[in-house]
Amino acid sequence: MMHRFANPTRFVRLADRMLPWLFIVTLGSFAVGLYMALITSPPDYQQGDSVRIMYVHAPSAWMGLFGYMVLAGASFASLVWRHPLADAAAKASAPIGAAFTGLALLTGSLWGQPMWGTWWVWDARLTSMLVLFFLYLGYMALWSAIEDRQKASKAAAILALVGAINVPIIKFSVDWWNTLHQPASIMRQGGPSMDSAMLWPLGIMFVAFNAYYAMVLMWRIKAELAARKIETLRYNQAARQEGPAARQEGPAARQEGQAVLEEGS
Amino acid sequence: MSEFLHMGGYAVFVWPAYVAVMGVVVILGIQSWRSQKTLTAEAARLKQTMGEEEQH
Repeated sequence: MMHRFANPTRFVRLADRMLPWLFIVTLGSFAVGLYMALITSPPDYQQGDSVRIMYVHAPSAWMGLFGYMVLAGASFASLVWRHPLADAAAKASAPIGAAFTGLALLTGSLWGQPMWGTWWVWDARLTSMLVLFFLYLGYMALWSAIEDRQKASKAAAILALVGAINVPIIKFSVDWWNTLHQPASIMRQGGPSMDSAMLWPLGIMFVAFNAYYAMVLMWRIKAELAARKIETLRYNQAARQEGPAARQEGPAARQEGQAVLEEGS
Repeated sequence: MSEFLHMGGYAVFVWPAYVAVMGVVVILGIQSWRSQKTLTAEAARLKQTMGEEEQH
């Protein structure tokens, strides 16, 4: 069942059907969300208009964390079942998650300066987010440093799984340690501790960010699958031109390439 | 309008935050869309030319 769903051709077909809808949802919810966040939502009674940074900061941080959960989950699937789609999904998630983690750090800094009086503090939440950012960079560096795709995939997946320990640390950092960062105000026991005038724009921005993530992830997986197909086609073309002697040189790579082609045809 | 841009005195913090987020969102989106478009087309083109070669 997992395998059926994870068939690359089927994935591309499903993605092509979903992408127009995701595009509409992303555009629409960003338009409404930004309008509410910047114009109709009230300033905070303590923080004034600086509270508006929250509407881009919190969803960015969430996407950074969620992107890593997808990356780690797909890496696990790639290590265990060696499925090419899982590994493409993990690779595709990394730059998106890294971008949002960077944005969470940047917008947090821009919010911290007026509210806490400092751009940065080495406390648990901020430091664990910085570690997440470096994990993403390390993951992407591993992919580009190792030429052999299977080796790169394996090494990167192991790094991703080791780094997954950071995810619960980030989530609970505000409970486990004393930190300047505020504790959870949405996903907490007893419901959100936020006025609905702020909760609505924030919720819509969360929808926008999640739809955007899903859309860009699908685009990037499609790009990765197409790049692999091109690689295989070029290899086969070269092998054919060089004749049967060359074919025997790379039977493993050829077999693998054949499998990708059959799935992709 | 100028009151809106002023952001209650927090303009220098609020606007850079929004510009950075939306800038990255747009650039990453366009780059991802373009690369899947070109790569998918290239894969289809290669496959077609190889199929034609096979027929000869």
